[in-house]
Amino acid sequence: MEDKLILGGKEFTSRFILGSGKYSMELIKAAVENAGAQIITMAVRRTNTKQNESILDYIPENVTLLPNTSGARNADEAVRIARMSRELGCGDFVKVEIMKDSKYLLPDNAETVKATEQLANEGFVVMPYMYPDLYTARDLVNAGAAAVMPLASPIGSNKGLATKEFIQILIDEIDLPVIVDAGIGRPSQACEAMEMGAAAVMANTAIATAGNVAAMAGAFKNAIDAGRAAYLAGLGRVLERGASASDPLTGFLRD
Amino acid sequence: MENQFFIDSDKLSEKALERKHRLENDPSSRTNHMEYMEGMERIESDIMDKVIGQMEAYDYDKYTAVDVRRALQQERCSIEDFKALLSPAALPFLEDMAKKAKIETSKHFGNTVYLFTPLYIANYCENYCIYCGFNCYNDINRKKLNAEEIEKEMKVIADSGIEEILMLTGESRAMSDVTYIGEACKLARKYFRNVGLEIYPVNSDEYKYLHECGADYVTVFQETYNDKKYETLHLLGHKRVFPYRFDAQERAIMGGMRGVGFSALLGLADFRKDALASALHVYYLQRKYPYVEYSLSCPRLRPIINNDKINPLDVHERQLCQVLCAYRIFLPYVGITVSSREQEHFRNGIAKIAATKVSAGVSTGIGDHESKYTGKEDEGAGDEQFEISDGRSFVQMYSDMESEGLQPVLNDYVYV
Repeated sequence: MEDKLILGGKEFTSRFILGSGKYSMELIKAAVENAGAQIITMAVRRTNTKQNESILDYIPENVTLLPNTSGARNADEAVRIARMSRELGCGDFVKVEIMKDSKYLLPDNAETVKATEQLANEGFVVMPYMYPDLYTARDLVNAGAAAVMPLASPIGSNKGLATKEFIQILIDEIDLPVIVDAGIGRPSQACEAMEMGAAAVMANTAIATAGNVAAMAGAFKNAIDAGRAAYLAGLGRVLERGASASDPLTGFLRD
Repeated sequence: MENQFFIDSDKLSEKALERKHRLENDPSSRTNHMEYMEGMERIESDIMDKVIGQMEAYDYDKYTAVDVRRALQQERCSIEDFKALLSPAALPFLEDMAKKAKIETSKHFGNTVYLFTPLYIANYCENYCIYCGFNCYNDINRKKLNAEEIEKEMKVIADSGIEEILMLTGESRAMSDVTYIGEACKLARKYFRNVGLEIYPVNSDEYKYLHECGADYVTVFQETYNDKKYETLHLLGHKRVFPYRFDAQERAIMGGMRGVGFSALLGLADFRKDALASALHVYYLQRKYPYVEYSLSCPRLRPIINNDKINPLDVHERQLCQVLCAYRIFLPYVGITVSSREQEHFRNGIAKIAATKVSAGVSTGIGDHESKYTGKEDEGAGDEQFEISDGRSFVQMYSDMESEGLQPVLNDYVYV
C-alpha cells in the first residue's frame, strides 16, 4: 500500500513542504528537484507586485501552491488575503497565518480559529499555522481545518522541536494530519518529527541558509523519508537497565 | 460448558410459561433488536460503527509474545498494542502488565482509592434478560421504595460515613419512571456529595432533567457488544434494543452529565472481544467529548436467586486481572471500578494495580440497609439482583484499604 499524504482530497507522496520566508529561484529548484517537494508555500502579499519577477513564475505546474496569509493581523485580514489568493487563481488551498507580534511572529490561536471557520465555510482547504495547544487544535478540527500546523520553535530560529511534548499530544489526539511547521533547523530534527508521527514537515530557513542549498534539500528529503519509514515500522523497544526485585503484584490471584 | 439460564417458576400461569418458552426457543417470536421502539431518541453518531467494526475485525489469536513485549515497552499504548495486551499471548506476561498498570495508575491517581455504595430503590423490571435476578419471569420479592423509605435508607448509609452513592433501579419505566428517579436524586443530594445513576437508558432531555435533579454520573452496562449474542440474552422489553442502549452514554453527555461509566458483563460472550469493545467505546467517546469523565467496570457473571449455577465460564481471576491491566495501560486516565461481585482478596490486590474505585457496605436488595448495617429486623425487603462476594462494611473497607497502603477518598467532586 502506497503511503500517501492526503490534504483536501488531494494525494501527495512527498512529506516535505517548502515554506515561503526566504525565497529564491535556487531554493525552489532545490526544493522540487532535490527535496521532492510537491507543495510550496507562497506569501500572497509577495505575489501582489508590479515587479517583473513574480514568485508564481518560478513554481512548476505540477507543484501544489499553498498560499499563506502572512501579513494578516486578525481573522478578517486573513480571510481577505485568502479570497485575494483565490482571485489570483492560486487555488483553494490556504495556509492561515495570523501574527499580532512582529518580534517573535507567533501565531494568534484565537484569531486563527475564527479565520479557519470562515474560510472552511467558503470552501477553502484550510491549513492553519498554530501554537501547539490541544484545545485550539480541537477547535480547528471543529472549524473544518484540513490539517493543523503546529510550530516546533520560533519561526526562523532553527532551534528544532522545542514544543515536542505538545506536538506529540496533538499527533495522539487529533484525527487530522499534523504538519510540523517553523523552527526545524536540521534534517535530524525533521526526522525526529516524522518518527513521532507527524504527517509532514515544513521548512524554509534551514535550507535557504545552508552552505549548499541543493545538498541540504536532499538531506531533508532523506531525513523525512527515514523518519516516516521508522514511524510506519514501529519503533523498537528501549531496554531498561537493571531489574527491580519486588513481591509479585499478581500473587493474590486464585482461580 | 454454557450457562443454563432458563428457569421456570411454578408460579407462572400456563399462558405466561408458554410465552416464555416461545421467546426462549423461537427466535422469530422476538422483536428486531436493532430496531428502535417508539419514543426512543435517535442521535447522530458514528461511535457504534467504529467500535463494532474494530471488535469484529479483532483476531486475538494472531498476536504473539513479540507483540505483547512491544506493547509493554511503548510509552503510549496504541489500539494495536491494546489488542495484543488483551490477547491470550499476553497472559504469561501478567506480572509485567501489572507492573506497568501500577505505574500508570499512580501517575494519574497516586495511591488513592474511591469508596462508594450502591442503593437499589426498586427491582421491578419489564425485561427478560435471562442471566439477571431481576428479570420479569424470575419469581422474587419485588419492591419499590417510596420517598420516605428512600430517605430512611439514605440516612442509614450516610450515617456510616459514605459520601458517594450510586442509585439503581430495575428497568421498568412503568414502575420507576423518570420523575420518581428524579425525586430520589433530589433526596440523594441532601445526604451525599456525589450522586450517580445506573438505571434504564433514557433520552437526552431526560438525562438533562435527572442532571438538574442532582445526578452527575450515568453508568450503563452494554452487557455484551456482540449484538447477535445480545439478542439471545435479552429476549423481551426495551433493553432488547441494542443501539439505543449503546448510545446511552452519549445521550447522557448531551444531557449535561459530567461522567459516564461503561461495561460488558464478562462471561456472557467472548470476553476478549467484549473487553476490547468496552474500552474502545470509551476511547472514541473521549475523543469526541474530551471534557467528560470516563470510567470502566468489568463485572463477571454471578449466581442469582433461583439459579445458583450461573458463573463467568472462562473468565477466571487471571483473565479478569489481564483485562483490568490492559484497560489501565490503554486508558490510563479512566476510573476503574471493581464491585463486590469480586472477593476480598481480589479487590485488595487489584486496588493496588489498576482499580481506583471499590464499593463498600453493599446490598443489591431493596430497602434492607438498616437490617444489614445495624442488624435491626426489616421485613418485606425486595430481593437481590445477584449474590455479592465481598460483604465488607464501609468502615472495614476503609481500614482495609488503608492497611494496603492506599488512601481512601470519599469524595473529590463538586456539583455545579
